[in-house]
Amino acid sequence: MALLTTAPVGADHHGPTRRRAARPAEPRAHAPRRLRLDVLGLTPFAAYVLVFLAVPTLLAVGSGFVGADGGFTLDNVAALADPVIIATFVNSIGLSLLTAVIGAIVGAVLCYALLAFRAEGATRATVAAISGVLAQFGGVMLAFAFIATIGLQGVVTVWLRDVWGIDIFANGAWIYGLPGLVLPYIYFQVPLMVITFLPALTALKAHWLEATLTLGGTRGSFWRRVAMPVLAPSFLASFLLLFANGFSSYATAAALASQGSQIVPLQIRTALTSETLLGRENLAGALALGMIVVMALVMWGYAVVQGRAARWQK
Amino acid sequence: MSLPVRQRAATLAPSPLGGRIIIAVIGLIFAIPIVSMLEFTLRAADGGHSVEHWLALFDPRNARSYAPIWVGLGNSLVLSIGTVAIVLLLVAPTMVLIALRFPKLRRPFEFLCLLPLSIPAIVLVVGLAPVYLVIGRTIGTGIWPLSLAYGVTVLPYAYRAIQASIDAVDVATLAEAARSLGAGWGTVLLRVLGPNLRTGILAACLLSVAVVLGEFTIASLLNRQNLQTALVVVNKQDPYVAVILSLLALGFAFVLLLVIDRGAVARRGIRSRKGQQ
Repeated sequence: MALLTTAPVGADHHGPTRRRAARPAEPRAHAPRRLRLDVLGLTPFAAYVLVFLAVPTLLAVGSGFVGADGGFTLDNVAALADPVIIATFVNSIGLSLLTAVIGAIVGAVLCYALLAFRAEGATRATVAAISGVLAQFGGVMLAFAFIATIGLQGVVTVWLRDVWGIDIFANGAWIYGLPGLVLPYIYFQVPLMVITFLPALTALKAHWLEATLTLGGTRGSFWRRVAMPVLAPSFLASFLLLFANGFSSYATAAALASQGSQIVPLQIRTALTSETLLGRENLAGALALGMIVVMALVMWGYAVVQGRAARWQK
Repeated sequence: MSLPVRQRAATLAPSPLGGRIIIAVIGLIFAIPIVSMLEFTLRAADGGHSVEHWLALFDPRNARSYAPIWVGLGNSLVLSIGTVAIVLLLVAPTMVLIALRFPKLRRPFEFLCLLPLSIPAIVLVVGLAPVYLVIGRTIGTGIWPLSLAYGVTVLPYAYRAIQASIDAVDVATLAEAARSLGAGWGTVLLRVLGPNLRTGILAACLLSVAVVLGEFTIASLLNRQNLQTALVVVNKQDPYVAVILSLLALGFAFVLLLVIDRGAVARRGIRSRKGQQ
C-alpha cells in the first residue's frame, strides 16, 4: 500500500519532478531528530575540550589579571616589564633562536642525506623512529643523557680531562646553567627538523631538475634558482616550529638547570611553587600570558608561511 | 656511455656514498650521549666496568630506595590506560562522527585538535592547577584523573594518526553500505569502520602511551607521581638506576615508533598491491 501511494501516477512523464519530490520526503521525517542525535554525539568531546583545554588556557591567561584581593589588576602584567622578567624572556628567545637555527640547518642536511635511501626502506624508518623518540619523548631523560656525557663526571668530560688535559668546567659548572641547555636542546631540535622537513624535501620533483638541465642550467643553478625558492617556505615553517618547540620546552631544563630560573618555563615553576615572586601574586599567570603571546605570533607566522609551502606539496 | 651520466644527473638525491657518510657522521655524534649513558651505568665502584648497577635494580635489598620508581611506573601505566581509553572512546568516535555527519566541521575540528601543540604544557599547567584543585575535592586525589589532562596533550598526535586512516578509506560509503545491509550503528563502528581504521587507531594508542610515559611537566607541577617525576627523585639518591631506566624507556619508545612506522608501511604495501590488481 505504501509503495502504491508514494509512487505518483504518471511518474514516467514527470521523471525529474518525481525524483526531486519523492527523495527528500523519507529522510526529512527523521532529519531533525537524527541531527539532534548527531549533535548530541559531539557534546561529550566538546565538554571534555572545554574543561581540559579551553578553561585551563583561559584560567592561565586570565589569572594574570587577578590581584591578591581577587579583583582585576594590571599589576602582574606590568611585572612583565621588570628587568628580571625581561631578561628571562630574552634568554628563552635567544636559546630557542640559537638551537632552532642550528637544528634547522643540521636537520636539513640530514634530510638531504636521507634522500639517498629508499622511501620505505629500513634506514628511513629507523631514522624516523629515533627522531620521533628524541624530538618528542626525551624530556627528563635527555637531561640525564647529557649529565652522563658532559656532566662533572660525564664520559666526554672525563675523557677530555684525562686524555687531553682539557677541563671544560674551568670557568664553572656551566652545564647546570643556561649554556648547558644549548646542546640538549639541539639534540631534540635536529630530530624535529627531520620529522617536519623531510616531507617537503621529498616533494621536490626530479623532473624539475631534468627540466633545468634541458634548458641549459646546471645542478648548482637548479638548487639556487628552483629548489631553494620552492623549499624556502617549508624550511622557514619548520624553523618556526623548532623555535616554538624550544621556547615551550620545560622538562629537560627542569631536570638539568639547578642554578636559578634563567628561562621563562623555569620562572613559571618558581612562581607556581613559591607563594610570591617579586612581591606579586599570580605572576605565573602573567608569565603564561607572555608565553602565549610569543607562541601565538610564532604560530601565526607558521600558518602564513605554511600556506605558501603547501602549494608545492600536492 | 652517456646514459648512466644522464641518469645520475637527473636524481636529486646525494650519491649513496655521500648520503651514508652524512648520516654516519651525524649519527655518531648523536650516539655519543646514548653511549655515554650506557657507559655511565656500567661504571663499577672500583673504577672498572661491571653490570652491578643493572643487577642492583633487581636486588630486594634496594627495594625501599627504588620504591618511588615502581610507584611512578605503576601510575604511568594507569595513566597510559586512561589516556588510551580517552582516545578510543572519545576522540576516535567523535572523529568518525565528524567524517560521516559534519564534513564542514573538519577544518575547525582539526584546528582544535592541533591547538595543544601551540599551548606549552607549562602554560596549561598554570590553568590546570585550579581545575585539579576542584577535581581533588570532588573526585579525589588519585592518579587516574590526570589522564584527562593527558588526553589533551596527546590530542594532536592521536588526531593526525587517526585522520590519516580516515582519509585513506571512504568512511561514508562504507558506513552507508553497512547500514543498507541492515547493520546497526554499533556494528558499523566496531565491525566495519574499526577494522578499516585500525592502523591509525593503533598508531594513535601507541603514540599516546609514548607521550604519557615521557610526560613530566604536568605531573611534576600538579604534585602527582609518575615515571618521570620518580626518575628525578631517584636520580638524587642513585643516578645509576635513573639512567638505566631512562635508557630502557627511550628504547621502549623507539620500538613503539618503529612498530607504528612498519605498520603504516605494511598497510601502504597492501593498498598498492590491491591497486595493481
